[in-house]
Amino acid sequence: MSTLPPASPHAHGGASIARTMRHVQLALLPATLFGFWLFGWPAVHLFVITVGACVLTELVCQRLMRVESSLGDGSAVLTGWLLALSLPPWAPAWIGALGGFIAIAIGKQLFGGLGQNLFNPAMVARVALLVSFPVVMTQWVAPLPMTADGAPGFGEGLQITLASPPAPDAIASASLLGHAKTELSRGVDVLHAIGAATDPLFSWVGSRAGSLGETGAIFLLAGGLYLLATGVIRWHIPLAVLAGLAIPAAIGHALDPAHYLPASAHLLSGAAILGAFFISTDYVTSPNTAFGQLVFGFGIGLLTWIIRSWGGYPEGMAFAVLLLNALTPVIDRYCRPRILGRTYRGAPIDAAAQRGVK
Amino acid sequence: MLFAVVSLTLLGAALGVMLGLASRFFAVEANPVVTELEAMMPGSNCGQCGFPGCAGAAAAIAAGTASPACCPPGGRALAETIAARLGIAVDLAGLRDEGPKVAGIREDICIGCTRCIKVCPTDAILGGPKQIHNVLRDACTGCGSCIERCPTEAMAMQPLPVTLQQWVWPKPAACA
Amino acid sequence: MGFIDRFLRTRKFSRGIHPEDHKRPAADALVRKMPLPERLYVPLLQHVGAPAHAAVAVGDTVQKGQRIAAPQGAISAAIHAPTSGRIVAIGDIVAPHPSGLPVAAITIDSDGRDEWTTLTACADPFALEPAEIGRRVSAAGVVGLGGAAFPSAVKLSGGRDANVDLLIINGGECEPFLSCDDRLMRDRAEEAVDGIAIMLHAAGAREARIGIEDNKPEAIAAMRAAAAGHPKIRVEPVPTRYPMGSEKHLVLALTGLEVPAQGRPADVGVVVHNVATAVAVRDAVRFGRPLVSRLVTVNGACVREPGNVEVLIGTLADEVLEFCGGLRADRGAPARLLMGGPMTGMQVPSLRVPVIKGTGGILVLDADEVGLRTPGPCIRCSTCVRACPVGLLPLEIARRIRAGDLDAAVKFGLKDCIACGCCAYDCPSHIPLVQYFHHAKGELAARDRNKLRNEATKTLAQARAERLERETREKAETAARRKAGPDPQPAPAPRPAGAAAPPAGESA
Ligand code: SF4
Ligand code: SF4
Ligand code: SF4
Ligand code: SF4
Repeated sequence: MSTLPPASPHAHGGASIARTMRHVQLALLPATLFGFWLFGWPAVHLFVITVGACVLTELVCQRLMRVESSLGDGSAVLTGWLLALSLPPWAPAWIGALGGFIAIAIGKQLFGGLGQNLFNPAMVARVALLVSFPVVMTQWVAPLPMTADGAPGFGEGLQITLASPPAPDAIASASLLGHAKTELSRGVDVLHAIGAATDPLFSWVGSRAGSLGETGAIFLLAGGLYLLATGVIRWHIPLAVLAGLAIPAAIGHALDPAHYLPASAHLLSGAAILGAFFISTDYVTSPNTAFGQLVFGFGIGLLTWIIRSWGGYPEGMAFAVLLLNALTPVIDRYCRPRILGRTYRGAPIDAAAQRGVK
Repeated sequence: MLFAVVSLTLLGAALGVMLGLASRFFAVEANPVVTELEAMMPGSNCGQCGFPGCAGAAAAIAAGTASPACCPPGGRALAETIAARLGIAVDLAGLRDEGPKVAGIREDICIGCTRCIKVCPTDAILGGPKQIHNVLRDACTGCGSCIERCPTEAMAMQPLPVTLQQWVWPKPAACA
Repeated sequence: MGFIDRFLRTRKFSRGIHPEDHKRPAADALVRKMPLPERLYVPLLQHVGAPAHAAVAVGDTVQKGQRIAAPQGAISAAIHAPTSGRIVAIGDIVAPHPSGLPVAAITIDSDGRDEWTTLTACADPFALEPAEIGRRVSAAGVVGLGGAAFPSAVKLSGGRDANVDLLIINGGECEPFLSCDDRLMRDRAEEAVDGIAIMLHAAGAREARIGIEDNKPEAIAAMRAAAAGHPKIRVEPVPTRYPMGSEKHLVLALTGLEVPAQGRPADVGVVVHNVATAVAVRDAVRFGRPLVSRLVTVNGACVREPGNVEVLIGTLADEVLEFCGGLRADRGAPARLLMGGPMTGMQVPSLRVPVIKGTGGILVLDADEVGLRTPGPCIRCSTCVRACPVGLLPLEIARRIRAGDLDAAVKFGLKDCIACGCCAYDCPSHIPLVQYFHHAKGELAARDRNKLRNEATKTLAQARAERLERETREKAETAARRKAGPDPQPAPAPRPAGAAAPPAGESA
């Protein structure tokens, strides 16, 4: 910094964007590795392509706009990472590449780059893909661990990712929520539809169909707790998201078990944990105050439940996040911290009253 | 899809109409703005803006025919204040502003012709015929009208030195 | 929304930061006294308010403690000769200020004798009228020594008028690196408590509480021992948390009372003085000794022998550093030369600037300690919101200032910002938030000055218009009179020399 004279403070706590992003990536690592193992090489390839597309797009955009490259801060990598976690693991390469492009070019750089975007870039891409290519985006594969027989090897995996996947019949499956929804529409009630799928162990470890980030709830939870412990995120948003999801789910299930999944199924399936700890807590697109964050989180949870229960899509987290992102400026406008020496309305507090109290 | 397109179009149209109506109904009366602007101007009626006095300039700025940056004595500070009041962007590029200035008289050249005194809108110049004149720094608005009146080029605008109490921290260089 | 208040943010001082304090080993080193410098530069503006007015002339000889500049206006402070010697210059020197602008100063060449002028001592200050104490404090030129340098006498007498019932003594010293107050409390606890007792008497308060951060156990112990015999003076440890030394936050931590925005502690019946000020008040009242020296912490990785030094006001900072062994060569070029603490202190353009009454520290920091990097974009992480002890939204204020919308920044609470630096300290993007706030506050002040000036101009322009009108009228009348009756006198009499007004008509 050569802008003289430098103003106070002449000390710094040492935090940096890059460090924050590194923490988040570290927290995502166990769940990601587990996902890789569970879904084999195609998932790895898709992941690499998606992250690569994000980084490349960022590079190109910043080159075009002639601004200094900010790749070093790791935010593009993180966006790609989160996006990859929300895609079907065996999706074709072009989905990942297109998604990465949408996330960075449209979701982020179009708004003016890091810190300016209104919407969570990864979710913008996911929703755009889901709406445009509903078939590809809902083709889930049953888990086929890397170590299992018949799992595609590196080369085979590359083929699956680059060419289109083989005849889906053999491996196609539905995620838990999708399955419940389909069965429900066929007249089968959820209790029977999900059957053994709600077995707790099964859910926690998450060895079932879904995106990379929908599985392995326990790993994601561990990562989330790590972020809380390191102070990267605060408890307000995750707790509020989970509460917003669990409370209506519990009520619904209590009233009509045949139509509404239990709270545990909601919490442990889909992108609930990923969304609560990693996606809704995105700094740029969430409110700034503690109270605002509670409102924001609860809104996401509630909307997710509503979309899952009554909407057309089995999974509503991405939509809910985007909707609440749009509301963030409003929340920020109305949830302001109280300024010391002022009332919430901003008028100076009454000194005389305080003297009386004392 | 069709539904979405149609509903968004309708929404857009409705909002547009509402904005149009609002701008009509809540349009600010012109006069108060002019008075307000006039209150912001230096008020020395020096005429450097090309208008007959500050009131004329205020009216022109309010009407949009003059730039808020048209007043040299007001400088950048005034231009910004006016722009903020009117909610418009103002191009400050053409405005060279090296901070406030006042007139100064070189005593060895002044011949005491009193021409400068006659044009000074704030009576900031002291002196009599055949006497060395002097500018009262506190009263001079820096309009510069007196400069060209001087037959001996004894007058020049000098920057008002910044004092410790008036010094302002520079704005940090804009970052991405 | 009271319930939210209770739930999310109790009415306690709960924000702020915990910077690394770097206070030791400087705080544990014994105080050294600086030898008499040959030449002292005493600025006329060392306090909040109007500059003092020089009361001596070049060539005068002065005694130590003799008044060399008189206060001007209601808020100002007298200035005294820090040593005996001869006035060699009265003029501009580089101010101890980041701008590097000049400030008027009196330069004294020491005669090496350091002889005090005759001082009026007072055996029993408690027999004095409170107003008389105020007068003596004012005559001694005592200002707040915590950094703000507000004239102490104004605060003391103001406290009496506002019916203050609690005197809070600020021993927080929350700034990292600084330990001069800590040292003072350890070494001169008796004197400090005596001074507090005198202030208590002067302010007419019922009791005094001394707030000391709990990272200074030695100071707490020493002050407790000294205050043992005074039922009205209590030592209260407060949690170590920056900015505990901020007046409003110390009041909040000690009493739970919130000073209203734009108000003063006196509004809630409290007056706050720094602990070093208490010692200065004691010296002033008991011995008639004016404020001519202070304790200064010399610290930072680049300093060879960090510690606390007793320095005469007007001593050049680089002489003080020289006394502390100079700079360490192994630390590379210093990243910052500061006067004051790292959180609110000022970078000075050079070290050839004098120590003034408010200088608590001379710091020479290396790059590691400063830890600044190129600023990046705001990622809206709200770290700054969590850090701000005032409850502001620093990111929103800075955004408005960046866009040049100062009015919006004010609406977001710019004027409530105490420039403590917590937000910028924690910002992961290294955004110079405080500089934005400094800049905006300066611009607002400039705007206000501009407005005043415009008003003055308008009055002048109006006066001129009236004058012109009057003159035209008078001329017309004279002409009419002349026409009416022939007057033998030659027409217009010559104008008296020196008159500003030009002959009317010519300019009309
Ligand atoms: S002295 Fe000159 S520049 Fe100053 S106000 Fe008068 S005419 Fe204008
Ligand atoms: S116009 Fe020039 S020469 Fe004439 S009085 Fe003014 S300064 Fe002096
Ligand atoms: S701490 Fe810095 S990056 Fe974070 S919100 Fe505040 S200004 Fe923006
Ligand atoms: S906004 Fe002002 S008061 Fe709040 S932390 Fe920043 S500098 Fe301190």
